[in-house]
Amino acid sequence: MATVAASPTYAGAQSGEHTGLWSWLTTVDHKRIGVLYLYTSLFFFLFGGLEAVVIRAQLARPNSTLVSAEMYNQLFTMHGTTMVFLAIMPLSAAFFNFLIPLQIGARDVAFPRLNAFSYWVYLFGGLFITLPIFFAVAPDGGWFGYAPLTTRQFSQGLNIDFWVLGLQILGISSLAAAFNFITTIINLRAPGMNLMRMPMFTWMSFVVQFLIVLAFPVITIALVFLQFDRFFGTNFYNIGAGGDPLLWQHLFWIFGHPEVYILILPAFGLVSEVLPTNSKKPLFGYPVMVYSGILIGFLGFGVWAHHMFSVGMGPIADTVFGLTTLLIAIPTGVKIFNWIFTMWGGSIRFTAAMKFAIGLVALFTIGGISGVSHASPPADLQQTDTYYIVAHFHYVLFGGSIMGIFAGIYHYFPKMFGRMMNERLGTWHFWLNFIAMNLTFFPMHFSGLLGMPRRIYTYDSGQGWDTFNMLSSIGAFMLVLSTSIFVWNFFRSKSNGPIAPDNPWDAATLEWSIPSPPPEYNFAEIPLVESRYPLWDLTHPERTSEIPHTQGGWTEHEKEADAKPVHIETERRTAKELGIPMPLPTIKPLFVAAGIIVMFSGLLFIHRDNKTMAFTLIGVGASMLVGFLYAWLLSPLEEAH
Amino acid sequence: MSASPALDHVHAGAHGHHYTTTGLDSRKIAIWAFIGSECMLFASLISTYLIYKGRSVVGPFPHESCAPPACATALKPILNIPVTSASTFVLLMSSLAMVLALAAVENRNLPKLTTGDRILGSSKLWLWMTCILGATFLAFQSFEFTSFVHEGLSIRTNLFGSSFFTLTGFHGAHVTAGVIWLGTLLAIDYKRGLGPADAINVDIAALYWHFVDVVWIAIFTLIYLIK
Amino acid sequence: MAHNESAPKAGHDAHGAAVASGGGHAPAKDDPHAHAHPTWKQYKWVALILTLITVVEVWIYYTPFTQSKLFVPTLLIMSAVKFAIVVLFYMHLKYDARLFRALFTGPLIIAVVTLISLMFLFGHLAIRAGS
Repeated sequence: MATVAASPTYAGAQSGEHTGLWSWLTTVDHKRIGVLYLYTSLFFFLFGGLEAVVIRAQLARPNSTLVSAEMYNQLFTMHGTTMVFLAIMPLSAAFFNFLIPLQIGARDVAFPRLNAFSYWVYLFGGLFITLPIFFAVAPDGGWFGYAPLTTRQFSQGLNIDFWVLGLQILGISSLAAAFNFITTIINLRAPGMNLMRMPMFTWMSFVVQFLIVLAFPVITIALVFLQFDRFFGTNFYNIGAGGDPLLWQHLFWIFGHPEVYILILPAFGLVSEVLPTNSKKPLFGYPVMVYSGILIGFLGFGVWAHHMFSVGMGPIADTVFGLTTLLIAIPTGVKIFNWIFTMWGGSIRFTAAMKFAIGLVALFTIGGISGVSHASPPADLQQTDTYYIVAHFHYVLFGGSIMGIFAGIYHYFPKMFGRMMNERLGTWHFWLNFIAMNLTFFPMHFSGLLGMPRRIYTYDSGQGWDTFNMLSSIGAFMLVLSTSIFVWNFFRSKSNGPIAPDNPWDAATLEWSIPSPPPEYNFAEIPLVESRYPLWDLTHPERTSEIPHTQGGWTEHEKEADAKPVHIETERRTAKELGIPMPLPTIKPLFVAAGIIVMFSGLLFIHRDNKTMAFTLIGVGASMLVGFLYAWLLSPLEEAH
Repeated sequence: MSASPALDHVHAGAHGHHYTTTGLDSRKIAIWAFIGSECMLFASLISTYLIYKGRSVVGPFPHESCAPPACATALKPILNIPVTSASTFVLLMSSLAMVLALAAVENRNLPKLTTGDRILGSSKLWLWMTCILGATFLAFQSFEFTSFVHEGLSIRTNLFGSSFFTLTGFHGAHVTAGVIWLGTLLAIDYKRGLGPADAINVDIAALYWHFVDVVWIAIFTLIYLIK
Repeated sequence: MAHNESAPKAGHDAHGAAVASGGGHAPAKDDPHAHAHPTWKQYKWVALILTLITVVEVWIYYTPFTQSKLFVPTLLIMSAVKFAIVVLFYMHLKYDARLFRALFTGPLIIAVVTLISLMFLFGHLAIRAGS
């Protein structure tokens, strides 16, 4: 139940030094960076959605001529690339940024300037890879860019160049952020917050950062090979020189499979925050949820070739990967049961966030079931490259990741912006979204099994696919409507929504113990954590009586921390008044990021045989990069204190 | 405020707001995470080299001679083990210089009683040695690359050339970045001296440097010594 | 934050960079947390062993041992030993907090397993069952 007394939006956020474009360009505050990620990724989500709408408009009827085959290739490539790299991952990053320090009782991430750098690289990289579609030179080799199709021999234009370079740029952003969050979660937890007391979102995010660290270097190398082939004439994917057509596939999917767990685990984490809060019960089986998350991450590295069952790897490889794929369904299924048992016997409060969270549980399960059917190589031989697969991954990515992220947005909007989103509009959004999503993707199971291939720009009538496609397209247009409701709700609530209390959901974790939105320093006093649900210990101790608690007994090291027992903080003094040193805003990370983009842009000109331009840009970019990097490293993070 | 404020903002100990959960420096945790990612980076490069081993359609080849028609003229095996053994030794010694440099920085303020102590205790000397040995390794690499190109092996020639030059090129780029990093530390040492407060920064550079050495150990064995 | 200590403070990093006894003469500061860091003597030995192993590796390259089935495993083992020595002593993973060991060995294991899997998948390694 939301608390009755509404508190005014934090005054500090309105003061001169914290407003204006420059303050946003130079911010190193994780909360602001999180908000930047949120806006940018929502924009790309809408853009990728529009690409999908055009696809569905084209496929609504057989033999349609709405778009050309070439443009269609660009559309589905960019839809996939946008949704994976520019929408879902950064939406998760918005939450990593905003939420992780708050959940662990820290004042910021370990490396605030590196954090800003990650965002700017993402923004510039996203623009780099998106703008080409306006000139009809968007990447067109699928989001997975199989070589040798994407080699210079078969894809002469600039399209794939943008893809190869753009993804490498984006990879830098993700890797930098991963090092940052790994360090933050290991090293900046408040005293008493041992690993098994961390909120589940932070735990899942922790696993995700390791997945990024381990998977992204592999795609980097795959891309480097493709880039070198395209720009420097190497032979990695050159069949004539003896190159193996499977090299790209293996390298890509060694990255690609962990990538899908990168896409889903944060949403799982968000759901694991929303469900207990709105069931007024602790998460069922917390340790099991932790271990299953770790196991999913680890096993995720052992299943990649299930994307390659049709290439002829041989029975042993097929069997091994089929088995590991079946195996990974177990820890995933365990989570579903734990969420259900969390709600069982609880006092359910159906906020919009809760609806989306329950939606994930239902829809991800459906996606998981089709996923299990893919695990069998013989069955997959029929399913692969058909719409049956499209159905599967949209259920897990839309019904899973996106629903979880919506749950997170509705749940954390009050904390981020100090205002409540409109619940009624949220309900409309949910139901329209739920119906539309199923209408769009459920028929694809059927058209897929009836043989409709993926990535075709049109199809002939009379194959049994027409009705299914029409239904999917109607569903897609409904999704436009439901998403519009969300966008409207989001922006209207931001400016006009009712002022949010500090803990509108009566939740249990540390981020709810500080004002909405939080002051720049997060916690006036670092909290001393005694259990997994610190706020419920204060307000609803009967709920957490079964959970392990510390009874005093702080270590010497923890006592050094100058922390206070967990308490609700409502006062809104500035960092100066409290004597808390804040990191200095700086434009340097932005310029280092810009330097990198300039360098990569220079590479494009090698393709166009304009070596002068190429070397100039590379030189300018490198100078920016090195110059601002040195300036960054040699300047203090905080003011002298 | 210390003279290198950017270099020491996170400390365990008495300052409450610089408390860390583990008592360890955040930068050290970050560099180990980074090294983890580098393991995967080089594993991918090395895997590709090994995948393509023996599959080049035309020569030159690493360990085999090459006769027409696989090459225009008869060629010897192109890898030069004696030269590369020397460069391997140089890189290994650079790691020794690096640990001595770190020790010298940590012990800067300890009394140095003998000449031996003074030599061992000179951080400038050992940072110079590391940089010089690193640069020597790079010189060996350049020599190797240019002689290969003269003998008809470029990055475009065949699978071996592509995978070899990319792998060793990436390694060499990492060494170069390391030399620049160490050179910067050396410059700071000249400017204001490196003392125990800077040990963490030298430590991080050292970890990076040793890792680059360790990758070379793997490369030397897997690419050069195994036929 | 003024931290120009004139003497290395052992409490600086509770677990990590304790004082090394530089020239083998200066005693380590008496701090219960100071793990024994490798001394100059140990570093010298490490360097010698690394050199020795490298010499052996190159030497056997020129002997008929290369024809033997044991050649590759022997080389791999020797290199693994060199790898381990550098990591444990030069990167002082042996003496540092266990966290760092975990942060390194996890990715290392995944990297090695991935490499071996790729060897199998591309036909460079095969297990022959029966005969």
